[in-house]
Amino acid sequence: MTDLITLKIDDVEVQVPKGTLVVDAAKRINNDIPVFCYHPKLDPVGMCRMCLVEVGRPQRDRATGQLLTDEQGNPKIAYGAKLDTACTLPVEPGMHIRTSTADVTAARKDVVEFILTSHPLDCPICDKGGECPLQNLTMRHGPGTSRFIFGEKIHLDKRVPLGTPDNALIYLDRERCIQCARCTRFSDEIAGDHVIGFYERGRKLEIVTFSEPGFDSKFSGNTTDICPVGALTTADFRFQARPWELRNSASICTHCPVGCNLHLNTRRSGLSGKFEIKRVMPRQNEQVNEIWICDKGRFGHHYISSPDRLLSPMIRKNGQLQDATWDEVLDQVAAKLKNAGGSVLGLAGGRLSNEDLFSLNKLIIGFGGHTALASRLGGGDLIQKVGLGVGSNFGTMGKGTTIVVIASDLEEEAPVWWLRVKQAAERGATLIAANGRPTKLDRYAKQKVRYAYGDEVNALDGLASAVEKADNLVIMYGGEGLDLAGSTALAQACANLLISTKHVGKPNNGLVAVWERANDQGAWDMGLRPMSEAMSKPAVMIVAAADPAGDAVSMPKADFTVVTELFLTATAKEADVVLPAQTFAERDGTLTSGERRVQRYYPSVLPLGQCRADWQIFQQIGERAGQGKAKAGAALVFADIARTVPQYAGLSYQSLAKVEKQLPDVGGLDLYYGGTAFENTAGLGVQYATSADRGEAVSTATPTVPAKPEGMVAVPTTLLYDRGTTFYRSYVMHPRIPMPFVEINSADAAKLNIIDGETIMLSVNGTEVKAAARVDGRAPEGAVLVPQSLGMTMLEKASAASVRKA
Amino acid sequence: MGEHILLRHRDIPDIDKLDVYIQHGGYEAFKKVVTTMTPGQVIDEVKASGLRGRGGAGFPTGVKWSFLTKDSFPRYVTVNSDESEPGTFKDRELMEKNPHQFLEGVMITAYAARANVAYNYMRGEFWDIAVKILGPILADLRQRGILGKNLFGTDYSLDIFNHLGAGAYICGEETALLESIEGKLGQPRLRPPFPADKGLYNKPTVVNNTETLSNVTYIMQHSAAKFRENGTEKSPGTKVFCLSGHVNKPGNYELPLGVTLRTLIYEHGGGLPGDKKPKAVMLAGASSTVLATTDDILDMALDYESVAAKGAMLGSASVIVMDETVDAAWLTLKTTRFFKHESCGKCTPCREGTYWMLNVLERVNKNEAMKADVDLLNTVANQIQNKCLCPLGEFAIAPVLSSIKTFRADFDAHTKDGAKKPAPAAKPSAAKPPPKKDPASVGD
Repeated sequence: MTDLITLKIDDVEVQVPKGTLVVDAAKRINNDIPVFCYHPKLDPVGMCRMCLVEVGRPQRDRATGQLLTDEQGNPKIAYGAKLDTACTLPVEPGMHIRTSTADVTAARKDVVEFILTSHPLDCPICDKGGECPLQNLTMRHGPGTSRFIFGEKIHLDKRVPLGTPDNALIYLDRERCIQCARCTRFSDEIAGDHVIGFYERGRKLEIVTFSEPGFDSKFSGNTTDICPVGALTTADFRFQARPWELRNSASICTHCPVGCNLHLNTRRSGLSGKFEIKRVMPRQNEQVNEIWICDKGRFGHHYISSPDRLLSPMIRKNGQLQDATWDEVLDQVAAKLKNAGGSVLGLAGGRLSNEDLFSLNKLIIGFGGHTALASRLGGGDLIQKVGLGVGSNFGTMGKGTTIVVIASDLEEEAPVWWLRVKQAAERGATLIAANGRPTKLDRYAKQKVRYAYGDEVNALDGLASAVEKADNLVIMYGGEGLDLAGSTALAQACANLLISTKHVGKPNNGLVAVWERANDQGAWDMGLRPMSEAMSKPAVMIVAAADPAGDAVSMPKADFTVVTELFLTATAKEADVVLPAQTFAERDGTLTSGERRVQRYYPSVLPLGQCRADWQIFQQIGERAGQGKAKAGAALVFADIARTVPQYAGLSYQSLAKVEKQLPDVGGLDLYYGGTAFENTAGLGVQYATSADRGEAVSTATPTVPAKPEGMVAVPTTLLYDRGTTFYRSYVMHPRIPMPFVEINSADAAKLNIIDGETIMLSVNGTEVKAAARVDGRAPEGAVLVPQSLGMTMLEKASAASVRKA
Repeated sequence: MGEHILLRHRDIPDIDKLDVYIQHGGYEAFKKVVTTMTPGQVIDEVKASGLRGRGGAGFPTGVKWSFLTKDSFPRYVTVNSDESEPGTFKDRELMEKNPHQFLEGVMITAYAARANVAYNYMRGEFWDIAVKILGPILADLRQRGILGKNLFGTDYSLDIFNHLGAGAYICGEETALLESIEGKLGQPRLRPPFPADKGLYNKPTVVNNTETLSNVTYIMQHSAAKFRENGTEKSPGTKVFCLSGHVNKPGNYELPLGVTLRTLIYEHGGGLPGDKKPKAVMLAGASSTVLATTDDILDMALDYESVAAKGAMLGSASVIVMDETVDAAWLTLKTTRFFKHESCGKCTPCREGTYWMLNVLERVNKNEAMKADVDLLNTVANQIQNKCLCPLGEFAIAPVLSSIKTFRADFDAHTKDGAKKPAPAAKPSAAKPPPKKDPASVGD
């Protein structure tokens, strides 16, 4: 792909692409040059001076420019008078690097000794102890003893919240900080959140935050992973466990469609004797999340061990939900299904695994019923045809690629996609951000497109000339302000543009839906579709991982309602039978990401109470209703999927678990190099091929665009930190979840005589909502933005509304 | 030398007034350059003059300008008026008393560099110069059409802005200075890339000292040959020597490069007070190698090569004279405290090493150390050497290493096992006997 350069490191020849840094070149041949400030994902700064090496370059005759050779005909190498930092030095042809000479060894010892002069000796109580790059490098390179007098050690604050003690997610221990600037560089370069920085100078240099709330970044937790010492810890994990007590289970994040690869770190509790999730860490998958995760994924796991979890099956007796046995409820549900005469509806949420959804679909279809996905975003069938081509990787997109993001606030809906799209734009990709209002993505966009809500398809059609010259084209669409009909039309328009410009079936080309839930794509693949017309009155309805009553969306009334859930939701409270389901952490399964990557997760903790996996419940109901023997394991259900669902043909739990060497080399034993992100040993997943990838013909179709709302509109928007059923159980995040509010344009606010922070009454579709108004310049004139899932009424789509001062 | 060049204000009263300056041929060089010369010709003339950077490194100025990356615009000129080296006080006088000559040098440099904007970066303590002197002058120049758009009817435009730092020694380092102008924390950047390639706002940038650019005016007013009439072959021109310490007449002296140290101290500085003997001298302010004032050193010519031959640096020619009463241990405590305070903290050896050295030196000066601590100090200083990101770390150890080498006895005199104590009392103390020293572990 690029020019290769050959050099020698400790007499071992190595060939690396031009521009590679010496430290990375050495890594390729397992020569671990120690580093503190260097991180393979960040620009080098050469601050810590730990990576000093001897650098030799071939000598040339000054007059002729010819390479000089010795008697044996080998090139003469001139070594520099000083040591050089391997982390800042790009490779040069014929370069000779020495990493194990007396000078280099002494330099490493010297630098470690310097760092330790002001580093506290509190490893026994430090969260990083056991997985600490400084500890490890001290053991390998440091002096055995210190010549620094202990009493002269500098003492600094050890418990500095980056924020206030009430809202800080990250704590700083100033004494432990070795001023490597990894955290500040991460925030500046990777996250684009310029909210932390250095203050003062010399040994007083400290990390400070200057945002409100403190360290206001959706990616703040990542700094604790790449911190090479215990200076940065999370409010959630500090003093919770020692790293060597933790067990790792590979998992997949279920909070959004990115499908970030995770490690769940569990520890057996001395009190309960049960395994508990202590922290969530990123697992390297360069094609999905690299080594990053957002704070929702990192901190939003507490629902798994919530005391509010359903633990036992319940059945309604005398108007009350009462505990029952599995036999009793399963038999009753099976009997109801058999007697429903085909009037059966299965409604599921996209939080569930492919196995769950497949089993539900099979069960319901087996009784002649219908299934539906609790979602208002359409286009999953188009993704199957013209989705992002196999081999696509946001990490390789750059110059020549155009990325269009329409009707989505990517940072709030799929943060790691936002991160990767931003970086692609910084590498030279042409980003076009289209929305009815400004989003943070605009900062990186070459072109910003504003439209009136309801005009999405027109806005997209208007981009035809802008994307004409793109080598590669990726379109990501969301459902902001759109209902099923609107988003389906938008998806079709996106697909049309891709097809007509021949940007399908190729790597780094195609369509991406910014789904509401982690496995919405999987649900489409398993045969579920968003509910277009509600079944008038089914005899039996099974609702799984969805809460239409709580979301106040229209839901058919059934004679008999079964709910499988984690919590007693509003829907569950009204049900006839409530079945306790396992969270993803208690079982195994697969999820299909928005990029159509089918990925496995593994059990990490024992199931609570009598909880069963959703797929297990549906299989067992099926068995009792005469549909054949229940599958005994998720792997067997997946084998069924691979047999039945064409796109999944050939996939198996084995193929999903395959791994290969990933660059940069981080995780595992190299934790000092890249931080404590985890090596991926459990599977990279498989991106299934689209119709276009398989060479099948794909054709355009005319979208049916619904009528645009007139006058003032209320627009539902998405916030990452909301009051969702699962996320809201992470109390550590509560200070970051806003009180209900709406956003209104300053011109509209002026007309209504409303100032920022004042309470307004918003009426939509006959319901009135009272909320604090923000007049912060984000809402376009004529629109009121209504963040969803904050405790206000849910809106299906941008709807005509009226506003008045409360 | 009867007539001053850089310190011309001492000969011509009111030369800081624009009209007086113009009466004496002011801004004609700039006009000549803009209207009749190409930037390349200016660079060639400055190259021919052999002018070397007066900020400390002594790098040939014209050569530096010719390194600007071709075809990359916009470009910037930034003047390093940070003057943060202890013992240096020449730039203040140049800007305060002879500001037009300085500014004309900046303008000529900007034209040579094909820059349309120049920044004069001054330490925060120079706010009075910025507000009371240079600010009004720049406003005047804009009004008179000497700064602004389409100067002298050409298509060349230029403006100059003052920028005040916030009081950090490190911002005298050229890349930290650029960071500071950009509004960032004053920390040096990695080099390469050098400012001539990626400087201010990542664009090609010339960074020169105030005094260097004041010289440019003279060169372009007269000629490179005329400039070379002073100084030596390799270090041509005059230099403002900042003489301080134990001398009868401290102050700025503009003398040709190559003048001997003896002439500077005795002829111009009036010798040492009380006719004491000099003990040591620092030639480049606090960041100097401390030289014992032997006859050899006193007769040394003060130019870049001769000083380097003695293992020191002429630097900004901030000559600090110390008489025989000065204790080298006290001296290094002073310099080390300064450098520890000014270490920016970016790289480990400087940040931690200066802190460590200061701790040891404080113990030494409190008479609480052993001779082995002096050895440790020497080791720590050596441990910093050649490992730092920028020259500050090297500056910090220069006085320490040279003082220990030359004046070890001063340090030992403070130690418990090296002090020449009065004869022990007849009766040993009832307290614990002093620990027996392992001779192998004792330095010296």
